[in-house]
Amino acid sequence: MADVVTKATRESFGEALCELAKENDRIVVLDADLAGATKTSIFQKAYPDRFFDCGIAEGNMMSIAAGLSTCGKIPVAASFAMFATGRAYEQIRNSIGYPNLNVKIAGSHAGISTGEDGATHQCLEDVALMRTIPGMTVLCPADHYEMLAATKAAIEHVGPVYIRLGRLAIDSFNDPATYKFELGKGITMHEGNEITVIATGLVVNEARKAVETLEKEGHSVRLINIHTIKPIDRDIVIKAANETGRIITIEEHNVIGGLGDAVCDVVTSECPVPVRKVGVYDRFGYSGPAWELLEKFGLTETGIAEVIREELAKK
Amino acid sequence: MQTTEKRQLQILATKARLGAVIGTFNAKSGHPGGSLSAADIMTYLYFKEMNVDPANPSDADRDRFVLSKGHCCPSLYAVLALKGFFEWEELYKLRHVGAMLQGHPDMKGTPGIDMSTGSLGQGVSAACGMALAGKFDKKDYRVYAILGDGECEEGQVWEAAMFAAHNKLDNLVVIVDQNGLQIDGPVCEVCGIEPLDKKFESFGFNVVKIDGHNFDEIEAAFENAKSVKGKPTAILAKTVKGKGVSFMEDKVDWHGKGPNKAEFEMASEELNAEIARLEGEC
Ligand SMILES: Cc1ncc(C[n+]2csc(CCOP(=O)(O)OP(=O)(O)O)c2C)c(N)n1
Ligand SMILES: [Mg+2]
Repeated sequence: MADVVTKATRESFGEALCELAKENDRIVVLDADLAGATKTSIFQKAYPDRFFDCGIAEGNMMSIAAGLSTCGKIPVAASFAMFATGRAYEQIRNSIGYPNLNVKIAGSHAGISTGEDGATHQCLEDVALMRTIPGMTVLCPADHYEMLAATKAAIEHVGPVYIRLGRLAIDSFNDPATYKFELGKGITMHEGNEITVIATGLVVNEARKAVETLEKEGHSVRLINIHTIKPIDRDIVIKAANETGRIITIEEHNVIGGLGDAVCDVVTSECPVPVRKVGVYDRFGYSGPAWELLEKFGLTETGIAEVIREELAKK
Repeated sequence: MQTTEKRQLQILATKARLGAVIGTFNAKSGHPGGSLSAADIMTYLYFKEMNVDPANPSDADRDRFVLSKGHCCPSLYAVLALKGFFEWEELYKLRHVGAMLQGHPDMKGTPGIDMSTGSLGQGVSAACGMALAGKFDKKDYRVYAILGDGECEEGQVWEAAMFAAHNKLDNLVVIVDQNGLQIDGPVCEVCGIEPLDKKFESFGFNVVKIDGHNFDEIEAAFENAKSVKGKPTAILAKTVKGKGVSFMEDKVDWHGKGPNKAEFEMASEELNAEIARLEGEC
């Protein structure tokens, strides 16, 4: 196992863009006055000529990206998840989604772990919004190594991609020597047959620790990491439903429209089993330090372990 | 303006700055720079210009204030506390779990906040809505909105401007806090907004340019706004980001981070000394 890297996925994203730009001169990066925060500043430093700050004008930025892509560029447009997908939703839908343009949208400071800025900045709807756009690929990487690989895959994929970035520095858990990223494929991180936990993003590592605890308590819990929420890996979900009979989904997002719903779409039509969706239950967040909030919202190791115990008891 | 009155306002504004520094220090986050640049104007609004009553914060006839650049709420919270809307002690809990004072203004939870803001560009439109309702209901309250200069890059600001002029919202005053800086650098380097006066003029506004730290000029601008009928007013206030805390002044870095302990102590010392100096002059 490689050394643990403690880094926010936004930072890994910025580094990855820089690496990829060396080989690919079609990549250009746009930001809306948040380059320091989304970490596109790393790219800006290395490639000032290929970086365009659009100012605080997210809607305009998305349509500019659309125009750039029609001329052969691969534009990466970044802002906070809230403003990228929320403020500019309709521009993304109609100027990027409908013409199926090759634009990469990066939404940083996603989820409750945005912390002190509070409800207006804690985006809990970005995955839902982006999932609704036909042809949009939706990525939510869980650690440093996965973000490096996902960014590369996003650039290589031809078509619109949304990639979710976190603000909070988190520990890596993947081993770069063995880690393999395949767009649209979930990763079984831990085998088990009593129940399946399916997680995405920052909470994957928390789920991993919870699953370890449950193992110690004598349970057999399967853990799946879904980095591509759309298109979702149907096979891995169906197999888990058939083999374990019960699923828990975990995400740092509103339970409406996110990973949980993507999983339920597969389960209800192919292999009906109970699914418990863990996330933010149709409410707004509030200000506070990130880890305190994650704890409050039941999205850390202890909260997740508790839910697994509850669901196991129902079997 | 009488010297004593000016001194009183300066003391209050300096206290508001201290409150913003206390809040962002205890929150270990937040936006001191733009809070400090807008402190004089907010102080003037709440202590001289606006008709508001802390005992009756939702009075239907009150004047309204919208902090369109919602991230600068630390000094607004301090002004509201000084005015008596809530306890000064709340500032120490800014941005904490369970606190009343959220990272961005929350009208549901905080007395005195007329509009929830934080997403740039939207507050000024909400202010237009309030002004429109005032016209519709034939009420004579007035509506004030403070925008950031970076915020003026949002297209919505200009949609609002067009709407305000078209609807002759002379009960609306938009103040642009022209501190010259946004997050990624100077506004003129990120995505320039000048000539801002000509833009607002051509959108149909009465435009007044002032030094946003000079209470005589602030007063004259708001008086001018009241005298102009049939069109909204834009006050373009030249300010210094971080004003009043020497090491924060005109520094992009101080946009969005809380001071550490040593910085907090330096800042409070400076501000307390200024308060003492001003009180000595009274
Ligand atoms: C729609 C939207 N986009 C981006 C942000 C993030 N943001 C917060 S403050 C800020 C810069 C604001 O600069 P300015 O308006 O000049 O404010 P000031 O200098 O007074 O702090 C940005 C980009 C936001 N809050 N809302
Ligand atoms: Mg500014």
